[in-house]
Amino acid sequence: MKPAWSVILLTTLIGAGQGLFLVSFLLAAFRASPGEFSVLSNEVSLGLLAAGLLASFFHLGRPGRAWRAITQWRTSWLSREVIVLPAFMALVLLFEVSGWFLAGAIAAILCVALFFCTGMVYACLKFLQEWATFLTPLNFTLLGIASGVTLSVPLATLAWPQFAGPLALGAFALSGLAWLVRGATFLRNARLRPKSTTASAIGVAHPRIAQTSQGFAGGSYNTREFFHRRPAAIVHAARWTFLVLFFPLPGWLLGWGGGSPAAFWTAFALQFAGLVAERWVFFADARHPQNLYYQAGA
Amino acid sequence: MTTPKQLALVIDLDVCVGCHACVTSCKEWNDGGSAGPLTDRNAYGKDPTGTFFNRVQTYEVGEFPHTETVHFPKSCLHCEEPPCVPVCPTGASYKRAEDGIVLVDYDKCIGCGYCAWACPYGARELDPGEKVMKKCTLCADRVADASLPEAERKPACVMACPTSARLFGDVHDPESAVSQAIRERGGYALMPEWGTRPANRYLPRRKRTA
Repeated sequence: MKPAWSVILLTTLIGAGQGLFLVSFLLAAFRASPGEFSVLSNEVSLGLLAAGLLASFFHLGRPGRAWRAITQWRTSWLSREVIVLPAFMALVLLFEVSGWFLAGAIAAILCVALFFCTGMVYACLKFLQEWATFLTPLNFTLLGIASGVTLSVPLATLAWPQFAGPLALGAFALSGLAWLVRGATFLRNARLRPKSTTASAIGVAHPRIAQTSQGFAGGSYNTREFFHRRPAAIVHAARWTFLVLFFPLPGWLLGWGGGSPAAFWTAFALQFAGLVAERWVFFADARHPQNLYYQAGA
Repeated sequence: MTTPKQLALVIDLDVCVGCHACVTSCKEWNDGGSAGPLTDRNAYGKDPTGTFFNRVQTYEVGEFPHTETVHFPKSCLHCEEPPCVPVCPTGASYKRAEDGIVLVDYDKCIGCGYCAWACPYGARELDPGEKVMKKCTLCADRVADASLPEAERKPACVMACPTSARLFGDVHDPESAVSQAIRERGGYALMPEWGTRPANRYLPRRKRTA
């Protein structure tokens, strides 16, 4: 698939916003955190969620009609995501201004539901074998939570300095876990065998079939939307960008960076860059069966 | 999502000569019909691109000198379990209850492209001018038009095919010409592995002895 920047930004930004809200709400729920930390985290979380929502509009051909996407919640994971994201934002805002525990608790439930909806948008497409696994919603959840907790560390240096250390430890552990599960998913996907072949695509049972014409000389939507057209080396480089930037470097900065705000901000910035690379590879790795029909130009 | 009546195309790969008459007649009719315009970009320039409902591709099967050329017309298969329909967040993508044609309501489509991701066959194209999803309608505006003579209430591609490689009818009526052709010639579905149950079927090439 061709990676869509609007969707990459949507899923990475809201993931970090969700993770940040979740950790700050849990700390507030146990009456462990001071109000300033909670307020700051919720504001930053809302900013990330709003930025992600804004990015998603750039994916639409007709953004003015976007409201219609709330209607098919019975069958469409995308529709469910479109409902849960603004509902979650509204409850974070309500929790922020009112401080009502119930609003925060419902927001936390919606936060988890949103991770699941976002993952299922991809995991429900069963012929995209790289996506059609429980690992997809699990990765969206773990990567989002890890990036949000990593962001909470530099925020804590502003509003709750004495707790930055424990948060850094939590960010280290969660980032490591998310990194391991995503790494395992890369290995799983590398072993996949495509169920569809040119033989099943055109229904001719023969081991040797070569396409000599795709029916047109110029490009089409089919040749643009489903191919990333980057050399394998670029995809490999992006994969390693994630593997290095998401955990080893930020993990080192979180644990052995001297505990300065600059080290924590750098840790988050590096990890988020790694997360963007991961999301790019997520799309680039997915081999759409329609590509079997577009193997030869002209 | 089985409908009582299921209109579909049955395409005979044994007689298709790859002339692209179905492609051009489809483009001509649907550019001006209810599905139009089908936007082109740079149509007469160096790198043309455009929106089409139907393409004819060519494959070479076997190894020289034992090769066969297969011309392969490709359009929406109007699946009986269309994966593109339930994923649509707006309800713009639907399967018509009375005849099983899979259609897009262009006034409801937000152009998110998710249905195209959900189609394993690549049957859907986002129109770069209209910014909504387009796909074969089986010429829904021809086949139900009572003002046309009955013989012309067929998709434009079927009317244009010079070798009668394209049959059109109700595949749920066992007595229809399409159902008979599927039975007698072993009509098959594309990518059966995904359970989409395409309504369109293809008739294989016949074995010939030299």
